[in-house]
This record gives sequence, structure tokens and C-alpha cells, in this order.
Amino acid sequence: MNMEERKATRQSYGEKLAELGSKNKEIVVLDADLSNATKTSIFAKKFPERFFNIGIAEQDMMGTAAGLATFGKIPYVSTFAMFAAGRAYDQIRNGICYPNLNVKICATHSGITVGEDGATHQMLEDISLMRGLPNMTVISTSDDTQTKWAVEEISKINSPVYLRLCRLDTPLIYEKNKTFEIGKAEQIGEGTDATVFATGIVVAEALLAKKELEKQGINIRVVDIHTIKPIDKDMIVKCAKETNKLISIEDHSIIGGLGSRIAEVLSEEFPKKLIRMGIKDEFGKSGKATELLKYYGLTAEDIIKQVKS
Amino acid sequence: MKVKDIKELQEYAKRVRQGIIESIYNAKSGHPGGSLSIADILTVLYFNQMNIDEKNPQAKGRDRLVLSKGHTAPALYSVLALRGFFDFDEIKTLRNINSRLQGHPDMKKIPGVDASTGSLGQGLSIANGMALASKMNSEGVRVYCICGDGEIEEGQIWEAAMTSAHYKLDNLCVIVDNNNLQIDGKVNEVMNVYPIDKKFESFGFATINVDGHNIEELIRAFDAAKKIKGKPTAIIANTIKGKGVSFMENIVGWHGKAPNQEEYLLAMKELGGAV
Repeated sequence: MNMEERKATRQSYGEKLAELGSKNKEIVVLDADLSNATKTSIFAKKFPERFFNIGIAEQDMMGTAAGLATFGKIPYVSTFAMFAAGRAYDQIRNGICYPNLNVKICATHSGITVGEDGATHQMLEDISLMRGLPNMTVISTSDDTQTKWAVEEISKINSPVYLRLCRLDTPLIYEKNKTFEIGKAEQIGEGTDATVFATGIVVAEALLAKKELEKQGINIRVVDIHTIKPIDKDMIVKCAKETNKLISIEDHSIIGGLGSRIAEVLSEEFPKKLIRMGIKDEFGKSGKATELLKYYGLTAEDIIKQVKS
Repeated sequence: MKVKDIKELQEYAKRVRQGIIESIYNAKSGHPGGSLSIADILTVLYFNQMNIDEKNPQAKGRDRLVLSKGHTAPALYSVLALRGFFDFDEIKTLRNINSRLQGHPDMKKIPGVDASTGSLGQGLSIANGMALASKMNSEGVRVYCICGDGEIEEGQIWEAAMTSAHYKLDNLCVIVDNNNLQIDGKVNEVMNVYPIDKKFESFGFATINVDGHNIEELIRAFDAAKKIKGKPTAIIANTIKGKGVSFMENIVGWHGKAPNQEEYLLAMKELGGAV
């Protein structure tokens, strides 16, 4: 993991999307007046004729994307996670998922790491909402390489996708050009003392914890669950069998998110205790992203405490 | 197949109405009032205006129709069946567990249905996306979107109206079924949406007011809309909820209720249909 070089997944998204635009002429991009923050502005500059700013009207944006998809276009739709999964839930459900239309909802600014804007802009329930929808694939990426892989990979499947992205700069975890597989989690390390299942921005925290614990003679493994739906059941069961302790961590509510999904798998396939780290049924608040991670107990230090407890 | 004879179109409209009553009676649930009020509009679109091919329902370059007021699906199914997209007898299976004719239109299941709708206020956005895509591909498609007068209380309609005008979607035609009734009463009493034409005009639409049951007026309006360049058109069709069945006309109670056997026989008699 490269701690020095950092990039936000929203930035990786914007860069890759502009690159993908040259390869695939059916890709169109829609934004709701946040293109500079979601980084779709990079695509907009390169392909103005395939970029549609819908204004501050997320519900209309989702419907417009659905209509474009019926003509074989591949709309990538961006706004903040709060306004995508939250405000336009009905439009995503009935307009996109029910007719299984090929719309890619790439939502930035998820989780408490939005920071200073505070609770109204910190979306903590989007994984829960989106994974409940039939036909939907839910992906939450952890670094630059994985995000760039995901942005291209989702263009190859002909169905709706929710891609969860973040505002905060994060360390580079994977080698450039490494590829992944939708629905297959990434196991990092072979430790058997504990498994830390993580998704998105906190995968880096889990890796920091792993490194620190190694120094203390405790060997854990980190499982980067980039695809939350469909979930990698085999990986979860394998880790439940091979390791002593199971922990999940996410920058999301512990209700309905990654932890809940893992608990569902465990209860049906291999009952075992799971410690869920995440936001505990409360709203966020203003502050620096790094301060908030500490405040809500989502840092490497917190993971270490849980592993040792 | 383009039918030009007015009498013949009126005859088709009557059969569309028979199909509405027949399907809702068999389903024992559904929405007759708003279905009957758009029967003439749909007849003119599907038999006189739209470039469609019942033998190739997914044909590229075909005109599209989004029934934003999706609960009036029986009218759409009736006109599609009559136009030959599927067997007319199938309309009797409406809302049945083994039927593809869902309570609200499902584009994945039913030949000829261009958009899945049901949750009100969403169709115009979908129609905008279609109109935009057609322009990008130079497909020359015309997109029609039928909204209810009550439905336009939904805020998303006005978000979408801004988009239609902003992107100069002159291949888009919105039809507002203005029957002045919604579930809880008169539209102007529940939540006043009037004046509808002035609202659309101020949003950048060309507007045309017509008698939504006058076939000739409807044809003239749709023809005129095709000639308008640089902006979308909204046709405000003044209609009667329940039109064609005397005891259903202008009665809000017939918004979402199926006729019993006696009412069914009486309605079919008025519509000149065989039972």
C-alpha cells in the first residue's frame, strides 16, 4: 500500500470515464449540477455532445437516463450518494431496476468522510437501499486501481449498477492495471487470527491495522469486498472456517450495509459471531473526514482494539 | 397502417372502450375512468399518427409512447391488441397472476409497451431521454407522453418540463388528459394545477388546447405539433373521465373500481359491444 500517493475514488472515476468515452461511443454522462465535484466535468470537456447537465433535479436525471438506455445508450449518472440513492430512490427502483435498464449510477460523496458538510450530505444508508433492489449490482471501491477497473467493467454488463465512490483522498492499495472480478472479493493476507471484511474507503484502515498487528505477532487477513451485490458467499464462509474472529467495517450504517450482508450469509451458511463496525444507527456530523473516522470508531486503531478484545 | 377515415377511427375508439370495460370487468379491479378518457387520444396516435409496426414491436426508429399515467394501462393494452400487437382476447387476462398484462405497463413483458410506468410523475423524464437519444442517433423518432391532470401535481413533471425545453426536444409531444378529476375529488379542489396551458407555455412549450374526444381536432393538433421546431409541444386535451359509459362519466368513484355484472352489461350495451 502506497501511503504517500493518494487519490479520491471520485477522481479516479472521472479520469477513467473520460478515457472510456473514446472507446465506447454509446456512453453518455448525466450530472445534476455537481460535475466539478463528481469529476464528470473531465468527460464533459472532452465529449460535450454526450454530456447532459440536468440541473439540480436528480429525479428527472434518473428518468432521463432510463429513457436514454431504452435506445441502447449507456448512461453514467452522477451526483452525491445522498441525492442519488436517497432522493431518487423511487425513480431508480421503478424507472431503472424494474425494467432492468442499463444505467450506471456512479454516486460520489458517500459516507461520513464527506466531512464538513455534515449529516444532510453524509449518505450512510445507500448500500442498504440499493442492494435491496432486484436487478441491481452494488459495487464500492477502495482505491484508484480498483475504481478504474470498475468503471470500465460495469460498462460490459447490460443491467443497472450502483457504484459507490468517495470524496476523501485514499492511499493506493493495488498495483496499476490489476484486475478484479465482479462478485469475487479480494483476500489480502493469509492470517488466521481474524478476518476483517472491509469495503470502500476503510479498506486502507484495515490494511494499516493488519500491518501494525503483524508487528505484535497477530496475523489477520483483510478481505476487500468491492462487490456487495452479488456477495461473495464462498469467501465469507471460507474465512469463517479458517479464522478465529470475524469483523466487518464500513463507512455506512451497520443497518443494511456490508456487515448486515455478511451476517445474512453467515446465519444461513456457517453461523458464527461477527463484530460489525460502522455508523451505529445515528446521523453524522460536521468535522474533518479524518476526525470523523476517529469519532465514529472507524480507524486502524479501532480495528486493532476489536481484534485484540 | 394509417387510418384516415374519421368514422373508422371513431369505430376503433369504441372498440378500445369495449376492451377497457371487458378487461377491467374480468380482472375485477382496475381504473376505468381515466382509461376511458384517453381512448380517443390513443386511438388517433396508434391508428393515425405513430410510425409503428405490430409485427416488429422493437423496430429501431419506431415512434414511442410513454403512458406516464400508468394506471390507465387497460386503455393502452386495448389499443395495442386492437392494432395487432397481441391477440385481443388476451385483454381478458388483465391483472391475472398468469398474465403478462400487469396492473401497470411493463415494457419487458408486453409487446408494444415502450416504457414501464406506474409511480406517477416519472414518464416525462423517460420520454425526454428517448427524445434526446433519437436526436443523438438522428433516428427521427417522435415521442409521445400522456400525463394525467392530477399527475402533474408531481414535482418531477416540472423538472422534466424544464429539461424538455432546455434541450429543445421538438420531437416530443406531451398530452395532458385534462378530465379534472383525481381520486380525492376535483383537481382544482384537491390541488389546483390550472392554468395548465399557461404553465407549460411558461416552461417553454408550444401549447395546443383540444377537445380530447374530437378525433378531427386531435389529428389536427398532432399534425401541427410535428411542424413546431425548436421546442416541445404540450397538447392539453379536455376530456371527460369515464367518457362513453353514461353512468361512469364525470363520477370520481369510477377512478379505480370495476363494474359488477349488471354494470358491465349496461356499459357494453352503450358501447355497442358483444358480450
